[in-house]
Amino acid sequence: MAHIKLEEGVPGIRGPMVFSPETTKPMREFVDVLLRGPHSTLTAAEREMIATYVSSENDCYYCQHSHGAAAAEHLNGNYELIDQIKRDYATAPVSEKLKALFAVAKKVQTGGKNVTTADVEAARAKGATDRDIHDTVLIAAAFCMFNRYVDGLATWQPEDPEMYKTMGKRLATTGYLTTGWERPVAKAEAK
Amino acid sequence: MAHINLPEGIPGILGPMAFSPETAVPLNALAEVLLRAPNSLSQGDREMIAAYVSSQNDCFFCQSVHGAAAAHYWGDKEDLVRDLKRDFESGPVSPKLKALLAIAGKVQKGGKNVTAADVERARKEGATDKEIHDTVLIAAAFCMFNRYVDGLATFAPTDPERYRESGKRIAAEGYIHSTDHLPKLAHG
Repeated sequence: MAHIKLEEGVPGIRGPMVFSPETTKPMREFVDVLLRGPHSTLTAAEREMIATYVSSENDCYYCQHSHGAAAAEHLNGNYELIDQIKRDYATAPVSEKLKALFAVAKKVQTGGKNVTTADVEAARAKGATDRDIHDTVLIAAAFCMFNRYVDGLATWQPEDPEMYKTMGKRLATTGYLTTGWERPVAKAEAK
Repeated sequence: MAHINLPEGIPGILGPMAFSPETAVPLNALAEVLLRAPNSLSQGDREMIAAYVSSQNDCFFCQSVHGAAAAHYWGDKEDLVRDLKRDFESGPVSPKLKALLAIAGKVQKGGKNVTAADVERARKEGATDKEIHDTVLIAAAFCMFNRYVDGLATFAPTDPERYRESGKRIAAEGYIHSTDHLPKLAHG
């Protein structure tokens, strides 16, 4: 049971988002620009992969599965790649640049000060721009927030792969800004 | 030196915010509603939660700015803020704020560390669901802001007077326009 009274049947972050519309508005705008905005030099798939990896390192079930599904749906349904990244990104078939950015994201996840000049230099050597490094640090930092929000309130996190798949499809196509998606999620999306 | 090319002399989070105005706008909007908008928790209490989490994350810039804001709201009580960062349980604040700071400390370590007992304690001291929600989200948000500031190795001034000025400016003007006076960067 969640730590506060949240609407039943609304999974993960959507529970507290329904509870607190005032904070939800800037959070949705933030996550949409962060993961889908045109300013970034990282693809939406790459950004969702970083979000998924950090959420997996933070052991947040809901976030790693919803963003993992969004990443996979950006990649024509390649769920196997997402599993590989979470298990061991070093051996996953992704670019060397993305691997170096995962390493930066991992340092951010353990604490901002852990990011070293060497980590940043390694990413730069593989072609990462300042923009790539900035976005990686902010995505990793942001998921240290979202994961804590979801788990810190002990939200309901169903383990139905189909629900996450439906969610991932919607996130990959329409994004995070559309209103009215919060409910009734469990019933509508499990089908 | 910062890990990426940021405008010189711009302190803390304002550097990356000037670098990336696209993300700065919703981040400032979130800070404003979390820390400054009308709420049953006072602005001072909310800034104190932010300062405490930032001190647990060892983020010098954030704990100094938000500590200065809390001290300003409480009537220039810098010593109180300093003492609470070290040991809030024995400080002269309400049992409710102590219980909320305890929850914030658990969130800082990881969301799953918050227990039903932590939440019960806060409820027993009069905290509402909304106040518990806001405490968890403020603590979570500062686990983001702190990592953003330190993960890019931003510049942090050491002069306490600069933070006092920031604290007063936050109280007077808020967060929405915090980057308006900064130089615009040309980048891709």
